[in-house]
Amino acid sequence: MKYALKRVGMLLVTMLLVSFLTFLAFQLVSGDPVRTMLGTEATEAQIAALRSELGLDRPFFVRYFDWLCGFFTGNLGTSFSYRQPVWDLISSKLEITLLLSLISFILITVTSIPLGVLSYQWVGGPMDWVRTAFNQLCMAVPPFFTGILISWFFGIALRVFTPGDFPGLHTNPAGALRYLFFAAVCLSIPRAAMTVRMMRSTVISEMNKAYVRTAISRGNDRRTVLMAHVLKNSLVSVVTFLGQTMAELVGGSVVVEQVFGIPGLGRLLVTSISHRDYPVVQTLVVILAFWVVLAGTLADLVNQYIDPRLRLGGAV
Amino acid sequence: MLEIKDLHVKFHNRDREAVAGISLTIADGEIMGLVGESGSGKTVTAMSIAGLLPRKQCQLSGDILLDGQDLLHARRSELRKLHGKKIGVVFQDPMSSMDPLMRVGKQVGEVLRIHARDKDDAAQKAMVLQALADVELPEPEVIYHKYPHELSGGQQQRAMIASAIVIRPSLLLLDEPTTALDVTIQAQILELLKKLNRETGISMLFISHNLNVVRKLCSRVAVMQRGELVEEGGTDTVFFHPRHPYTQHLIASIPTRSGKELR
Repeated sequence: MKYALKRVGMLLVTMLLVSFLTFLAFQLVSGDPVRTMLGTEATEAQIAALRSELGLDRPFFVRYFDWLCGFFTGNLGTSFSYRQPVWDLISSKLEITLLLSLISFILITVTSIPLGVLSYQWVGGPMDWVRTAFNQLCMAVPPFFTGILISWFFGIALRVFTPGDFPGLHTNPAGALRYLFFAAVCLSIPRAAMTVRMMRSTVISEMNKAYVRTAISRGNDRRTVLMAHVLKNSLVSVVTFLGQTMAELVGGSVVVEQVFGIPGLGRLLVTSISHRDYPVVQTLVVILAFWVVLAGTLADLVNQYIDPRLRLGGAV
Repeated sequence: MLEIKDLHVKFHNRDREAVAGISLTIADGEIMGLVGESGSGKTVTAMSIAGLLPRKQCQLSGDILLDGQDLLHARRSELRKLHGKKIGVVFQDPMSSMDPLMRVGKQVGEVLRIHARDKDDAAQKAMVLQALADVELPEPEVIYHKYPHELSGGQQQRAMIASAIVIRPSLLLLDEPTTALDVTIQAQILELLKKLNRETGISMLFISHNLNVVRKLCSRVAVMQRGELVEEGGTDTVFFHPRHPYTQHLIASIPTRSGKELR
């Protein structure tokens, strides 16, 4: 418990640092958004009025603190290009993107760990060749291409969902989840293949360790040793990898959202960067950073639960 | 009780036989020492008794009989019924020989979960606690719930001995069990092994490259060199009247306190 609290404390400190640096950086690079918004014809009076309307005339730390509180109150400023509160603009999109990532993550976890163990049992046999080839294929084909194939097959041919027509998450949750499921499959295939390969090689190296010999000397067969000892010992590195995966899925979903026409964060992120819509971009940066740090923290906590040696505290 | 007849072990990726036709018997309640330098085949001999050699990667011939039961050519599934139950093994490095993620009590009791399924959890736990007490670990109930990394090297090796004897096997194979430990702990472990032998009558095959350790513990000793048994006999006889030049060489190289000869 102490370790968990310590780890969550670290997470909060990291996020404070990230948010501050993000805010500072966008202050330095943003130029004058008011002049950009009003164009060259604007009078000084118009500029001053808009500046105070947007709250840009207040001191730096006041504005930072205000913005920071916004993550809890939902008041994160106004988008320059949409003239809408940032939170209203991103909340529904954020929901979809995180849901897509989460479904992909679950798919990766539930498929790759059993497949990794199974593929260990194929080592040396003919199935090992098939697995290697299939694994390589899965890793090599990019998600946007499998996305096109899956849209065509399940969408156009089998009509399980209608590509390009994403049902509202709140009006038709079942339909939306089905739609997201197919996108999540594309998103997860390469990462699942990597995790399977990693699980397999970790199990192979664990099976050569001395404690396996001890377990066999007690009368276990290799299968029991695998289930009773090796599986748990192999999980630590796989959990770390899955933590990184969870973080990367959000970035990967940008492309898949485009292919499937899913109204997630992807397009908003791209357009707001090209329009220099800094209130939106800086908020997204912090939220995505939070997701990455959260994934790492969760992976560490799970690992501490699995491996008592990591609970010693030294390297948190 | 244990009879090795003309044992040959050859690994497919080596030219020379790792064990080139050795014959050896261990009587009930006897502690037999097996000495020789690295690569002399002493560990391979022990591993072939324990059934821990990769069968696909080596060629085995000869016979190993434990109380008349064949240990070399029997089916794997038959052998698994003997491993742990009739033969306990203690390895060199206790830290890496234990599953780092499993509590000590559970590891020591693993052999009971495999071979003593008729006993319920409480009975098994009582046996584990008894074994932990037998190897003179302080506060067995506390040790039971600890993880291996929370024990010292000596405590880990005691726990490994407990896990090997918890079901009272007839033979204990000790593969350099004290090599990774410092000298005082080494002496304590040797005393413990002597005590266990005296009290339970368990036979032991003690493998070591350290002649001093063997001399303190074993009643008989066999010397191996390049896969062959070059000398065998009562410990005192071998130490005071070594016949084979290799044994003489080994004994001459034992460092002594005064620099004088051993005797």
